[in-house]
Amino acid sequence: MPLTREQIAARAAQELRDGYYVNLGIGMPTLVANYVPKGIDVIFQSENGMLGIGSYPTEAEIDPDLINAGKETVTEIKGTSYFSSADSFAMIRGGHIDIAILGAMEVSEQGDIANWTIPGKVLKGMGGAMDLVSGAKRVIVAMEQVARDGSKKLLKECRLPLTGKKCVNTVMSELAVIDITPQGLLLREIAPGVTPDDVQKVTEPKLRISPELRTIKI
Amino acid sequence: MNKVVANADEAIRDLQDGAVIMSGGFGLCGNPENLIRAIHRKGVKNLTIISNNCGTTDKGLGILLQTRQVRKMISSYVGENKEFERQFLAGELEVELNPQGTLAERIRAGGAGLGGFFTPTGAGTQIAQGKESRVIEGREMIFEKPLKADYAIVRAWKGDRWGNLVFRKTARNFSPMMCTAARITVAEVEHLVEVGELDPDQVHVPSVYVNRIFQGTSYEKPIEKRTVRKG
Repeated sequence: MPLTREQIAARAAQELRDGYYVNLGIGMPTLVANYVPKGIDVIFQSENGMLGIGSYPTEAEIDPDLINAGKETVTEIKGTSYFSSADSFAMIRGGHIDIAILGAMEVSEQGDIANWTIPGKVLKGMGGAMDLVSGAKRVIVAMEQVARDGSKKLLKECRLPLTGKKCVNTVMSELAVIDITPQGLLLREIAPGVTPDDVQKVTEPKLRISPELRTIKI
Repeated sequence: MNKVVANADEAIRDLQDGAVIMSGGFGLCGNPENLIRAIHRKGVKNLTIISNNCGTTDKGLGILLQTRQVRKMISSYVGENKEFERQFLAGELEVELNPQGTLAERIRAGGAGLGGFFTPTGAGTQIAQGKESRVIEGREMIFEKPLKADYAIVRAWKGDRWGNLVFRKTARNFSPMMCTAARITVAEVEHLVEVGELDPDQVHVPSVYVNRIFQGTSYEKPIEKRTVRKG
């Protein structure tokens, strides 16, 4: 059974460790915050200038001066800090963020990522994505294996304009956990009831199968 | 020394067509609402605006697009604005997209007297086209130039009559660097206080960077995405 979006987020959350500083992208990655393992402290960074994002506010707590990078209203936690955009990206570029988890339109077997524009369609801009993929210590992409039009997203080479080169470490999809290694894609975990063949069918480059291949546990 | 002006109109009295303006704010958060409205009223045209976003269709900097006052935007993300899309696709509006951290650092460099910097952000992407690149400590980096402006317009939570500024929560974003990088920096504040009232250890922008300051009024503080949990 392929994982749901919630389950992909839950699997990604298993990568979090006590004391990690983490940046979550918009969409499915945002759900990761709901699955932080119990008993550990994980601090979420928002690139508009905040460390320590809390939950969404109640109606009474809404503060227009307090939003996340997706422009959603949020709250602070005990220990929150605020800073400027220059400080925020020094933090990101300088390698102080342990993990960035973000979505993607395409990922290549070299770890290239494309997630900011589709030429000819409307241009929105890259926001902080190029800084995050080049600066975070570890980049995890949480995405579905196949696009809505049926095309594969894990490719030999990206076709869309790149967000960053050789920067993705791991892809987590509804079918699998795949590491990007100097030898190419390494299938490390598969969803319950899914075979390596099923994953290969929706992956353009050849997958190597880890000798320690295991089933994803949520 | 008197930096206090009566209102936004007086603060931008010498703003002219073709000016380059940095505007603080992230989305609609931390926008200098009084100053944006004053620029709208003044009707100056052919502006270049440096700001992370361009408001929404009818809020924030978006109102300057409605009146065709903007010739060029330098931003990192310009979604959520239909009029922006329309003008861009029609070739009426020039857009320069920068990675967000590169935009922030270019502004910081402009204010800090630097000639630019090498960054790994965007190396190997279309952002790198036409830019000098070097391998530094084993990583490919691209050269980015500083940004400066004729005016910076920002909103702070508190400011004193000398121009010391304090921001509140995530309304700070790009404003502190913008204050350093413009020929004339104008701050509108929610609370204008006497010199000596601000805790010197808590000042985010020292007064040297601010040329004009005034008490803002009628803050709307719109919210783009109102996300709530049950109380």
